Amino acid sequence: MTPTPPAVQVRDLQKSYGNVEAVRGVSFSIAAGETFALLGPNGAGKSTTIEILEGYRDRSGGEVSVLGTDPHRGGLEWKARLGIVLQTSNESGNATVTEQLRHFAGFYPHPRDVDEVIDAAGLREKAKTRVSKLSGGQRRRVDVALGIIGRPELLFLDEPTTGFDPEARHQFWHLIRGLKAEGTTILLTTHYLDEAAQLGDRAGIIAGGQLIDIGPLDKIGGADARVPVVRWRDGNGLVREERTSRPAQVVAELVRSLNGAEPEDLEVIRPSLEDVYLSLVRGHEAIPAGTGAAASTDEGRPDPSRRTDKDVRA
Amino acid sequence: MSATVLGTRPQNKAPGTLALGLSRIGYETRLYFRSPDTLLFTFFFPFIMLGIFTAAFSSSGNIGANPDGTGGVSVGTYYLPGMLAAGMLLSGVQNLAVDIAGEKSDGTLKRLGGTPLSPLSYFLGKIGQVFVTAILQAGLLLLVARLVLDIALPTEPEKWATFAWVFVFGVITSAFLGIALAAVPRSGRSATAVVAPVVLVLQFISGVYLQFTTLPEWMQNLASIFPLKWMAQGMRSVFLPESFAAAEQSGTWDLPWVAGALGIWLVLGLVLSRVTFRWIRRDA
Repeated sequence: MTPTPPAVQVRDLQKSYGNVEAVRGVSFSIAAGETFALLGPNGAGKSTTIEILEGYRDRSGGEVSVLGTDPHRGGLEWKARLGIVLQTSNESGNATVTEQLRHFAGFYPHPRDVDEVIDAAGLREKAKTRVSKLSGGQRRRVDVALGIIGRPELLFLDEPTTGFDPEARHQFWHLIRGLKAEGTTILLTTHYLDEAAQLGDRAGIIAGGQLIDIGPLDKIGGADARVPVVRWRDGNGLVREERTSRPAQVVAELVRSLNGAEPEDLEVIRPSLEDVYLSLVRGHEAIPAGTGAAASTDEGRPDPSRRTDKDVRA
Repeated sequence: MSATVLGTRPQNKAPGTLALGLSRIGYETRLYFRSPDTLLFTFFFPFIMLGIFTAAFSSSGNIGANPDGTGGVSVGTYYLPGMLAAGMLLSGVQNLAVDIAGEKSDGTLKRLGGTPLSPLSYFLGKIGQVFVTAILQAGLLLLVARLVLDIALPTEPEKWATFAWVFVFGVITSAFLGIALAAVPRSGRSATAVVAPVVLVLQFISGVYLQFTTLPEWMQNLASIFPLKWMAQGMRSVFLPESFAAAEQSGTWDLPWVAGALGIWLVLGLVLSRVTFRWIRRDA
């Protein structure tokens, strides 16, 4: 049996705007049916990369193949196999949710059922409401619904859950798991690392226009980055920490040294994906980087939900 | 387009460009009537102006009357052709230029550019919307003229044939020019500020608000470069008595020139809109 060709293949991708190199030699591939999370701070080159794959931007160098086609030459038949959820949208929205979805469904050769998509996106109660009258989170659901209405083979999700409340986010995850189960290939960018951990099979981390790590989500950053930390408060009230691959033994020794007394504020902390991510990105920024990080469409409006990122950059 | 990643899928036929164009016309027309700005400044604007002119100038008697006060036409009759021409221009140029510039800056075009919608279907939708709304506008104007302002409409079939071709030609030309003009504003918010003055100045120098035949010759010549003057002249030939032709620049209605000028602007508008239109502003 011959292996299925990858849905996305990127080799040494480069993109510069004038003198600014936004993407500097990024390579990765996404297998058919895989969910790949592209992570990185604002301005790292994520959106530039994804927009090149979607066919919106031309590249300065490197090779790109999306569903076997160079996006630069992708025609209507190629577009019919993609679903694109862009990072921002602020359309005037004088059509109702149902009208909008029904209209877009008509563009595709074998669209999903409009009512099913409305239900899956949690928009049933707003089906007859004009898009302009919806809240930010509800409009985002319409964006996602429009992205999947054409039954795409490859779905691009660029920060899809910005503005979602926790319940909506869980509903969205459920929806995406359903698409994964159907075999949809997904390229996701997000600032919510729990989201990447929930949905992704593999992740790539971009910083300064370069891919600084790539791998399965439970392996990324390497084994060292995932060594647990034992933390407790000693007799003098000072917080003590010990990084160890054998935390149970450290705790046992600690208890023994206290003659069986309970250590104060004892914690065993396994680094979350967020911890791993932050240490990777900080490690990268410690190295004097080029000019790359400055210009990209990632530099959007200030958004309180992007705090994680601002923290990274601070 | 060969490598199907997911193998078995129902291979339905992709929807055709024409069918999608028709679907776009329905969608675009529905949204047109849901936009209060468009309704006021494009659809009902000629009605408002016709009402104002009729109310303001009716007391000063007929236009083109003999020295003894007989003959001539009512103020409403005189302004009706100009308002029909203005409606064609507004429905095409102002409506589409503002609409498409807005779609460009608010992300509508970017979203459409990521779908298998052909740009041709998109254009069919826009031009079809202009056609449908311009026909409704002109029909309603004629109805108001006849029933409310008691203006006598021509009965000769050949007059209505002239009306038909001037209207169709003028509306398509205006639609193309609107698409082309949409490339000029840098943002959706500035679109009205860029488009409205152009359209307004054209209306003043082309004989929509001011009697064309009383304008200075240099202004008449300037207006002759642009299509609105020819639309208005074509419409005057339909709704004004033959005696008024003598007051035109060449002393006749000059219908072949009307056709020629509109034809040239139609081709120019088509080329310009084809060259300038992009789903998104592509970077270098």
